[in-house]
Amino acid sequence: MDQNDINRLRGKTAVVGLAESGCGLASGWSAMEIMASAVHDALDDAGIKLKEVDGVFAATAFHSMAAMSLSEYLGVKPKFADGSQIGGSSFLSHILTAAMALDAGLINVAVVAYGSNQKSAGGFKTISEAMPYEAQYQPRMPVTAYALSAKRYMNEFGATREDLANVAVSARDWALLNPRAYTHQDGPLTINDVLSARPIVDPLGKLDCCLVTDGGAAVVMTRSDRAKDTKNTPIYLLGAAMEHHHRMISEMPDLVQTSAIESGKRAFSMSGYNPNDMSTIQLYDAFTINTLLFLEDLGFCKKGEAKELVKNNNIGPAGNLKVNTNGGGLSCVHPGMYGLFVTLEALRQLRNASGDDVGQRLDGGWIDNAKLSVAHGNGGVLSSQVTNIWGVSDTL
Amino acid sequence: MAENLKGTVGPEQQFKNFLSEGKFMIQRCKSLNKFFFHPRVAFPGSGERDLEWVEASGNGEVYSSSCNRRLSEKGGDFNLSLITLEEGPRMMARVEGIDPDKVEIGQKVKARISSLNGEPAVIFDIV
Repeated sequence: MDQNDINRLRGKTAVVGLAESGCGLASGWSAMEIMASAVHDALDDAGIKLKEVDGVFAATAFHSMAAMSLSEYLGVKPKFADGSQIGGSSFLSHILTAAMALDAGLINVAVVAYGSNQKSAGGFKTISEAMPYEAQYQPRMPVTAYALSAKRYMNEFGATREDLANVAVSARDWALLNPRAYTHQDGPLTINDVLSARPIVDPLGKLDCCLVTDGGAAVVMTRSDRAKDTKNTPIYLLGAAMEHHHRMISEMPDLVQTSAIESGKRAFSMSGYNPNDMSTIQLYDAFTINTLLFLEDLGFCKKGEAKELVKNNNIGPAGNLKVNTNGGGLSCVHPGMYGLFVTLEALRQLRNASGDDVGQRLDGGWIDNAKLSVAHGNGGVLSSQVTNIWGVSDTL
Repeated sequence: MAENLKGTVGPEQQFKNFLSEGKFMIQRCKSLNKFFFHPRVAFPGSGERDLEWVEASGNGEVYSSSCNRRLSEKGGDFNLSLITLEEGPRMMARVEGIDPDKVEIGQKVKARISSLNGEPAVIFDIV
């Protein structure tokens, strides 16, 4: 199969509804209740009835068979379902699978969903098994893995903790413009705040790490011919690709190069656009190092140069690159697996610019004339990388 | 060879058994003349199955390192590193005998077999 055959999925499907639920703290709500609430809200947003849903895609850290549990809870009998679990990027791969199933005619309406009550239920939640050949050393996963990458990155490229801290400062500046962000009321961060935060796994301190919150999200997808007739602005899937090279950090071929190099290249190629064409850039920032790695690996700068790119708040609201405009996993929301929230922000920016009401932001929080967004998901320990490119109708 | 696994143990258990005997063994593919870690039933990526166990030299270099902060009543801070072995493969391990935040990339290290939580474990010391 050549690239043209793969690219036939370009623009064939669209998201026509989206929602989040229970973000922040949702005491008294189960992960399933949060997830199902998001699905119903997303269907309401789309103007599509539950009984039309025939494709269900989900993964959580609470359900070993999430797509099946969600289908049962909703009372849906899917003709196709996928609960693939590749960590926080699962949902971006579900979107690719959903596009394939829609395009093949197996299903007509897909929901992709996530839900977590990890914060109100007591903290970071995982169903990951212990890793052979690593577990006996008691790494504090996932933080240790990202710290190992950060240390190597700093060593290879002369980066400093200040360079990492720039990422956290800009993320917070975006969150201050977003009333939905968990840290919206917390005020700005300084470099010194980040450097002096409690060390977790050196070189990463507490403010180099994502939030721990509750939250759920869902999107509704249909084929593009139907999407045109729904009540909101459809956002088209122009490109999607995934790749992974390892499960354990000790097996990562190179600690400073992720397989986003491959997923990004193929997703952009499918879309027909380049990194510089993106109006907004939404990256899975579980830790500050992620943003540097993904800016490089997706092609926004050369390897080792992201530390320059993020200086002077260049990825903040006043900067040239509109990166993680909701505040990111660092300052907006991070209920364990963040991938669907990366997606939501990519979509919301495009819908807002198209005139849909997708919520209020302070001045500068919405990107004017946004036409194209890249959503990039990361899973495991810099393991699975999935890139989605979204665009409005005139980018088709 | 894999049709009947009875009466044998897999490479993971063989590795642990060697450690219990005081030996740090890694696998080598004979036809490729390449070492790899962690232990597997075939060479990763191309599937060759002509494997043998070879005692590792124990010589290595720190590829990356982290200081994991932990309350003193739970044992205190500890080091966790990735070590590139002289033979080529990389593995996770702890570097001991030095402050956990003083381990630096590129430092030469030497393996010894110690124990962690009652299980034999490969630990490295700065050379």
